[in-house]
Amino acid sequence: MIKIENLYKSFEDLEVLRGVSLQVERGEILALIGGSGHGKTVILKHVAGLMKPDRGNVYIDGKDVFRLSRDELEQLRSQLGFLFQSGALFSSLTVFDNVAFPLREKTRLSEQEIREKVLAALEQVGLGGAGEKYPAQISGGMIKRTALARSLVRHPGIMLFDEPTTGLDPVIAHTILDLIKSIHQDLGFTGMIVSHELARVFQIVQKVVMLHDGVILFVGTPEEIMASRNPIVRQFITEALSIPSSARGNFPRDERTD
Amino acid sequence: MTFIRKLGALSLMGLRRTGRLGLFLVKTFIFAVTPPLKFSQFLKQIQFIGFQSALVIFLTGAFTGMVLGLQGYYTLSRFGSAALLGPMVALSLIKELGPVLSALMVTGRAGSAMTAEIGIMRITEQIDAIELMGLNPFRYLVVPRFLAGILALPLLTAIFDVVGIFGGYLIGVKLLGIGEGTYFGEMANYVRVRDVIEGIYKSLSFGVLITWVCCYKGYYVGFGAEGVSKATTQAVVLSSVLVLFWDYVLTSALF
Repeated sequence: MIKIENLYKSFEDLEVLRGVSLQVERGEILALIGGSGHGKTVILKHVAGLMKPDRGNVYIDGKDVFRLSRDELEQLRSQLGFLFQSGALFSSLTVFDNVAFPLREKTRLSEQEIREKVLAALEQVGLGGAGEKYPAQISGGMIKRTALARSLVRHPGIMLFDEPTTGLDPVIAHTILDLIKSIHQDLGFTGMIVSHELARVFQIVQKVVMLHDGVILFVGTPEEIMASRNPIVRQFITEALSIPSSARGNFPRDERTD
Repeated sequence: MTFIRKLGALSLMGLRRTGRLGLFLVKTFIFAVTPPLKFSQFLKQIQFIGFQSALVIFLTGAFTGMVLGLQGYYTLSRFGSAALLGPMVALSLIKELGPVLSALMVTGRAGSAMTAEIGIMRITEQIDAIELMGLNPFRYLVVPRFLAGILALPLLTAIFDVVGIFGGYLIGVKLLGIGEGTYFGEMANYVRVRDVIEGIYKSLSFGVLITWVCCYKGYYVGFGAEGVSKATTQAVVLSSVLVLFWDYVLTSALF
């Protein structure tokens, strides 16, 4: 379970988070949505312990992430997978070695067992034949899929996805989100996902949190957010789902801000 | 008021950065002396910092020795002591030019690449990825380079010195006609073991300096391509200046 309490974070004069609290139950996936620059990625990085807040706490299974010793944090992170926006693959290693890296470094598996696991993970994301290629030789979609395989290969209990589909064409974006959905069904991880692909993401997640100007504007199920009467939420959802303007007439006129 | 505030902010920032630079060295040192060492990474860095710098060190050493032979011969001839060319070339190289020029060449060739590589890993979130796997980025990125630098610099300096001495020999003996026995005999008379040790100490400390500054600048790089290019320039300038400064301190204080 992930619990965030009253998180504040500023970068120089810019206040990015202004008191964010939320909770993700075990086995649940939560979608963090909102405009760019409203602090979604910053929240994920706090959960992973990559950033320290000005104030506030993050608890994972009851443990305060910012009060752990180095060893405890390493232990916690070994149960945590993070899919970076850029993929963050090691450019000096092949696709196969990238996926094998966490297994080689953090487990005592034999090379044969690692090979089997890596090939299975690559097969799962549809990259069976690309193992020998380097990150510079593959497309953006393949990079994201390799990164997904790498973050999932150790079967983490918690997965954080930072814009897994940004910069990809719609077909590949949908493939990646479908993959996340099927892997969630298989492994049952607890997850947080930052994405702008609302239509697909709403089919995967159980809870949606919308951030606006560093505070939480909405918490609820995908169905509830679709029915929200808050004008800012409505405008965002409408634009993100690219509903044609004719269809917007369904919303009550007095709550529209555009 | 604004001026004082700005001055205060600048001083605080300078203090914070100096502290961070110091802590970086302390952390590197602690992780360097405690296991596990990423041996394959260490070997890779030895190959990169050491072996791949050998050619440029060879060339620099050769030309430095040759020019020392030429200049030294003309200067010493004026005082009628051209016979002392051997020790002059050897002492200049072993005590000063070998360690310092090797360090500057390694800074330019390997130090800049170190900063750029670590900096790019930082801006593409590869360092965050290492941390999130529950691994320590210092052990993967900084310690292997640090240890490789400490080991490679004295060896490169030794190559520089030997090649330089033969460069001087080529000019002094083969071109200008000093006796071969005189060149090497006088060298053996005047060069003490202590001089050689002094050179080794210097190059060891330059190895620490270069890898420390260059890894630090890459590790705490700014944003984007511009951040990496700035960090690389700063790393080369700062390491070079520190090498020259530290050379002076060591020469004046210890020897």
